[in-house]
Amino acid sequence: MAVRLFSEPFDPWALVRERERELPLEKLGAISVFVGRMRDFNDDRAVQGLFLEHYPGMTKRELERIVMEAEARWPLDACEVAHRVGAVNPSETLVLVAVWSAHRIAARDACAEILERVKHEAPFWKRERLEDGNERWVETNTPGS
Amino acid sequence: MTINIQYFARLRDDVGRASDATAKPDTVHTAGDLWRHLHDSPPPPRLMVAINQRHARLDSPVADGDEVAFFPPVTGG
Repeated sequence: MAVRLFSEPFDPWALVRERERELPLEKLGAISVFVGRMRDFNDDRAVQGLFLEHYPGMTKRELERIVMEAEARWPLDACEVAHRVGAVNPSETLVLVAVWSAHRIAARDACAEILERVKHEAPFWKRERLEDGNERWVETNTPGS
Repeated sequence: MTINIQYFARLRDDVGRASDATAKPDTVHTAGDLWRHLHDSPPPPRLMVAINQRHARLDSPVADGDEVAFFPPVTGG
């Protein structure tokens, strides 16, 4: 398991490739990858940038707990979770969840579950900078959005 | 011994500061009691709480030396 926080832009595909170099790919029939990027719109408003606040100390530990609980539930061979913190610009990657398993259903279901739990349990908060320069806190992550 | 309290995101803006510290009064047993003691008001709706950097609930017990964090619903991912 690898859980990482980045305060600068990161390339999710490079992280996946890097990890695969050390994995026995001949035994891993499935990889499920989710990459979440910052949009330049939200709730009908143009968004210029985002600040991702987190809880130093707790956030990484929470991500590790979420991954460990997924590893206990599904037969997974590797997991990679990466999340941005700090100032983010549109099109930059916010989150990567990558899960390797022998079989597709474990990989797919674990990836989806880890992502949902990151969105609803890990202590991150988004503050948006709008086109008029005003800022607003994102109030909630609703299911499916 | 004191309880150290942290506020995050919108809640920090609403409270007007990032942290508090208090000796635990005898009347404070839970995280919810602690909120009422510090703010003279009931906890706001959808308030989340962590004790010693683990998710907890408003009825979770607090003790001297704890780090208690109050925050709004999380919005990462």
